[in-house]
Amino acid sequence: MFTAADLTALGLTLQLALFTTVILLLIGTPLAWWLARSRWNYKFIFEALVALPLVLPPTVLGFYLLLMLGANGPLGQLMAAFGAEPLAFSFSGLVIGSVFYSLPFVVQPLQDAFTNIGRQPLEAAATLRASPLDRFFTVALPLARPGFLTAIVLGFAHTLGEFGVVLMIGGNIPGETQVLSIAIYEHVESLEYANAHVLSAGLILLSFLLLLTIYALNGRFRVLRL
Amino acid sequence: MKLRASFTINYARSMQFDLDMESPGITAVFGKSGCGKTTLLRAIAGLDRHSVARLEVNQQVWQDDKVFLPTHQRPLAFVFQGANLFSHLSVQGNIEYGWSRIPANKRKLALQEIIALLDLQTLLQRKTVKLSGGEKQRVALARALAVSPELLLMDEPLAALDQERKEELLPYIENLNKELQIPVLYVSHSSDEVSRLADQLIFIEDDCIKATGPIEEMLTRTDLSLAHRRSAESLIHAEAGEYDQQFHLNHLHSAIGDFLVPGKQIQTGKKIRLRLAAQDISLTLEVQKDTSILNIFPATVAELFAEDDAQFIVRLEIRNIFVLARITARSVSSLQLEAGKKVYAQIKGIAVLA
Repeated sequence: MFTAADLTALGLTLQLALFTTVILLLIGTPLAWWLARSRWNYKFIFEALVALPLVLPPTVLGFYLLLMLGANGPLGQLMAAFGAEPLAFSFSGLVIGSVFYSLPFVVQPLQDAFTNIGRQPLEAAATLRASPLDRFFTVALPLARPGFLTAIVLGFAHTLGEFGVVLMIGGNIPGETQVLSIAIYEHVESLEYANAHVLSAGLILLSFLLLLTIYALNGRFRVLRL
Repeated sequence: MKLRASFTINYARSMQFDLDMESPGITAVFGKSGCGKTTLLRAIAGLDRHSVARLEVNQQVWQDDKVFLPTHQRPLAFVFQGANLFSHLSVQGNIEYGWSRIPANKRKLALQEIIALLDLQTLLQRKTVKLSGGEKQRVALARALAVSPELLLMDEPLAALDQERKEELLPYIENLNKELQIPVLYVSHSSDEVSRLADQLIFIEDDCIKATGPIEEMLTRTDLSLAHRRSAESLIHAEAGEYDQQFHLNHLHSAIGDFLVPGKQIQTGKKIRLRLAAQDISLTLEVQKDTSILNIFPATVAELFAEDDAQFIVRLEIRNIFVLARITARSVSSLQLEAGKKVYAQIKGIAVLA
């Protein structure tokens, strides 16, 4: 059923989704916390920036990332100055692209979860000698657990399905940047519909199972706040 | 507890709270809903930061122009109106939250002692969402006590409960002070709770602190609106004495004399408060012999205050203690009442606050 190349693409896709989700949790948690708690009047600017990948064609994102990360781009040249390979057309480049691409899918559920906690439990913790950091880890994080579950599943599932960004900055290098969606595209281009079916149906099933998990575990789930 | 505070607060309106007090017991912060009581309490806790402020508790500066001690570094505890328990922790987890965050040598109360005091032994493993309103507040109280606070702030802890639950919780709050000697600042708009619990009163009106002092003095001060409420009242401290089995009468000893109060026997020696509603006190010039009224005390008119065209509040002095009576303008005229006149106060209704 699966060709060797398909399996490689599947493995690469899962790896990409995993890396992206982990990095997004590390970046997204403090960002979402700040967005939820800050009383700064202009934080909506950052909320709009975070939501941007929702409406942009992924190719636009990919295009600018390519310019930044490519051998002639500012980051590419910086990398070259340190003797490193440019990130475009590499797995690391894909991870960077996916992080931007899936950012709102992680940040928004987390921001919602932190906002829903309200300030009361945190104030109670403050009167019980918990420092701000202590309150964050012992009160905010546990109470935001459903939000984390949503963020993890959505970030992961959304990265599984990315195409445009990958195409622009990753190309189609088997074992390095050829993910499932690209492999499907290639099967269709080569009129290998049976192979395309297996991968497409598999992707539908996997994504459905992931979404099923969050809907089942978290009845009040809303995908996005837009 | 010694507390000196000055806050200038600018929200929708401007409030100025200046406070200099010393009280080991329960101090009620009393005033109408929306008068700023909670605002004051939150400012003392450091939950809200106001730029023009000075706060000193037990000679320690918590806030001034340079210093702002964050809430978690202030040796206080706070009981919120809605209990505000951590829903991700069990009852025990809630109680231990603050407990585990103070150094062992600062723990003045044993966890078991607190749990026993609030009868929480059987609830420890429960989830907080499964508790009744009264149980939640008991857990909140235990959680607060577990940090051995130097000052306990309570923000309308009974307001969200029905009458039955209030009655259930009140004895625990009364006990706090008797058993643990923790000074309490107790915000409430309920005069019932205040007369039952408070030793001292901070009275807030017109966006500032109007007066502070012992509750029994505050209630009978005619310069405050407290004495001019429909429910104007006086508080007398008393101790239960002998019980008349035949007529089911309690003899209650107080500084103004012995009261006779019908009802079930009150445990001898128990300290109680008597609430005398101003409208339940009438005045006579001679002692009435053939009367059904049991409690009659000789008194001196200290002050007469016309409430309106029909009614007067009379401030009576009975053995250096002041008691309010509400009588009609016609009676004032027919009895020719004036300051210094000797009268007899007939007290018809007495509420015993256990």
